[in-house]
Amino acid sequence: MGTAQSHVEFRGVGKTYDGRTMVVRDLDLRARRGEFLTLLGPSGSGKTTCLMMLAGFETPTEGEIRIAGRPVHDVPPRKRGIGMVFQNYALFPHMTVGRNLSFPLEVRGMDAARRAECVRRVLALVRLDGFEARRPDELSGGQQQRVAIARALVFEPDLVLMDEPLGALDRRLREEMQFEIRRIQRELGVTVVYVTHDQQEAMAMSDRVAVFHRGRIEQVASPETLYEEPEGEFVARFIGDNNLLRGRIVSVGPDTCEVETPGGTVRAFPVHRHRPGDRTVLAIRPERVGLARTGVYSNIFEADVEDIAFLGDHLRLRLDLCGNPAFIVKIPNTVGHGAVLRGDRIRVGWGAVDCRALPDDEGARAVEAVAA
Amino acid sequence: MARSAERRPFGDHLGRGLYLAFCVAVLVFLIAPMLVIVPLSFNAEPYFTFTEGMLRLDADAWSLRWYRGIVADDDWPRALGNSLVIGVAATAIATALGVLAALGLANPAMPGRVPVTALLLSPMVTPLVISAAGMFFFYSDLGLAQTHLGLILAHAALGAPFVVITVTATLAGFDGNLARAAASLGAAPPTVFRRVQLPLIAPGVISGALFAFATSLDEVVTVLFLGGLEQRTIPRKMWSGIREEISPEILAVATILVAFALLLLGTVEWLRRRGGERAAARFRPG
Ligand SMILES: Nc1ncnc2c1ncn2[C@@H]1O[C@H](COP(=O)(O)OP(=O)(O)OP(=O)(O)O)[C@@H](O)[C@H]1O
Ligand SMILES: [Mg+2]
Repeated sequence: MGTAQSHVEFRGVGKTYDGRTMVVRDLDLRARRGEFLTLLGPSGSGKTTCLMMLAGFETPTEGEIRIAGRPVHDVPPRKRGIGMVFQNYALFPHMTVGRNLSFPLEVRGMDAARRAECVRRVLALVRLDGFEARRPDELSGGQQQRVAIARALVFEPDLVLMDEPLGALDRRLREEMQFEIRRIQRELGVTVVYVTHDQQEAMAMSDRVAVFHRGRIEQVASPETLYEEPEGEFVARFIGDNNLLRGRIVSVGPDTCEVETPGGTVRAFPVHRHRPGDRTVLAIRPERVGLARTGVYSNIFEADVEDIAFLGDHLRLRLDLCGNPAFIVKIPNTVGHGAVLRGDRIRVGWGAVDCRALPDDEGARAVEAVAA
Repeated sequence: MARSAERRPFGDHLGRGLYLAFCVAVLVFLIAPMLVIVPLSFNAEPYFTFTEGMLRLDADAWSLRWYRGIVADDDWPRALGNSLVIGVAATAIATALGVLAALGLANPAMPGRVPVTALLLSPMVTPLVISAAGMFFFYSDLGLAQTHLGLILAHAALGAPFVVITVTATLAGFDGNLARAAASLGAAPPTVFRRVQLPLIAPGVISGALFAFATSLDEVVTVLFLGGLEQRTIPRKMWSGIREEISPEILAVATILVAFALLLLGTVEWLRRRGGERAAARFRPG
């Protein structure tokens, strides 16, 4: 399937509620058929707004949304054929589970026998066989969640939207439900657009993740790519842990660049076309930094161990390095407790490929402000 | 120190005594006049006071003659008919409009919610004489004065705020996403209303309707302004009854009205409890 066959497509979508602040800006986003796409971002970054526009409960101020290649601006929500799971489930409290599930089938005019069959099947899918006669207030949070998912699937939509569906559950149940949702999605082959502000949840479930920040998409990529190859400071900070070092580009080669930091010159991988003199932010994962005697590194620095935490499988060191007073290093516990102590002066190093030179966001923001 | 310790119980007693006295005064002045009419309405004599026979509990001193009088008289049944026709029609209009208004006002996207709410509720705070006088002049021009329709519309305007308030309160307890969920499942707006919204707000609709009906039933000011001889309602008839021919029939009618009001109140309370229980069950931690 080519790009024309994207199941969901946002083209230059913008949205403002009050006519002044754009809560979503210049949004271009595609989901392939059968894809699990997650919108990830901090609170207020516009994720729900995007989902509501896709479902038809809000209209875009600018741009166009297409489903299966067709613009949907004049299609009301009930005709979009989208299954929707709301954060607080939105189960009808005055109907039993069975009636909740058969509601979408009734409004489609399906006969009673087939309805009962569909309800039974979908309850089996979410592992709630025999719960037809219960009322929503007689179910646990996790069970209500499953009913909400079942109701969004029972009329066999090929697109399902979920807005923080696991937000109200405790951690154990969340993890269990993450697998359940993923299993169901694979089993049915439906396209899922999922909203969360929990990056671990996004990483665990998604084929691709769109990282939202202030109404814009910072990066859309697979979880691996987001982790290994963040393209901006926000993603580097938001996904996993990263050590950030601020500095200025000194020289740029094909695969490496040299960056001057308060602690010395660092060799890094240039993510953008930097020019000498540009300000940059270096992002280095704590687990990619090693003790200098155990590896061959393009960057080697000496630093005092400010603090150390023994975490069983690894040691977590805090160093004051290259202008970052809280530079974290994770060292696998192959050397045993006591090999490194607080106050030791140690040599650490990392490869240039593990050190990504990103555009400095403060600089970018300044440019943005001038342009606006 | 010792003195204040001695005095405090005295202060407590005084406070408590005042409090009790106040409660008794409230009961005596507000409730007793209503309660006293009940036995008086069974008076065998045409007096508004207890006769010696009544106090001695002589069976002869008590009778249903005033109740029989009401039924025999042409005017009372006609007044009852007017009250019911106007009350039921006004309640129907007030309920339909009030429910729609409450649903619209519950939508956060609706512009001007605050001024519209204030406007809709204004009949509750405007002095009745003023609204009634305004309606009189306005309806006279339209030819609605001294018609049933005019009174029905006037009472609908007075009753609608109660429906708006009770339905809004009921809606506040419900998840706004329920209507969206129903729409996403393929239901057209009328279906969403009938299958999802109406069943959930039903207790609020019914208690609002009962309030609207009660308002119409005991309303006399607009009837004085707008009603002619043909539109005499029960309160209007009582009004003239008290002023013109003092007869204990009025006490009998009043007793019936009190009983009816208690029935309405009981129904409202029962609905409120039921709604409360349902809401409590819904928010039970799962
Ligand atoms: N109905 C509305 N009217 C006005 N402003 C709104 C409305 N809904 C959202 N906003 C604003 O739009 C911005 C984005 O909101 P949105 O709900 O899309 O964020 P979100 O990413 O879903 O956040 P969260 O993780 O907290 O749910 C916020 O600043 C919010 O205040
Ligand atoms: Mg949200």
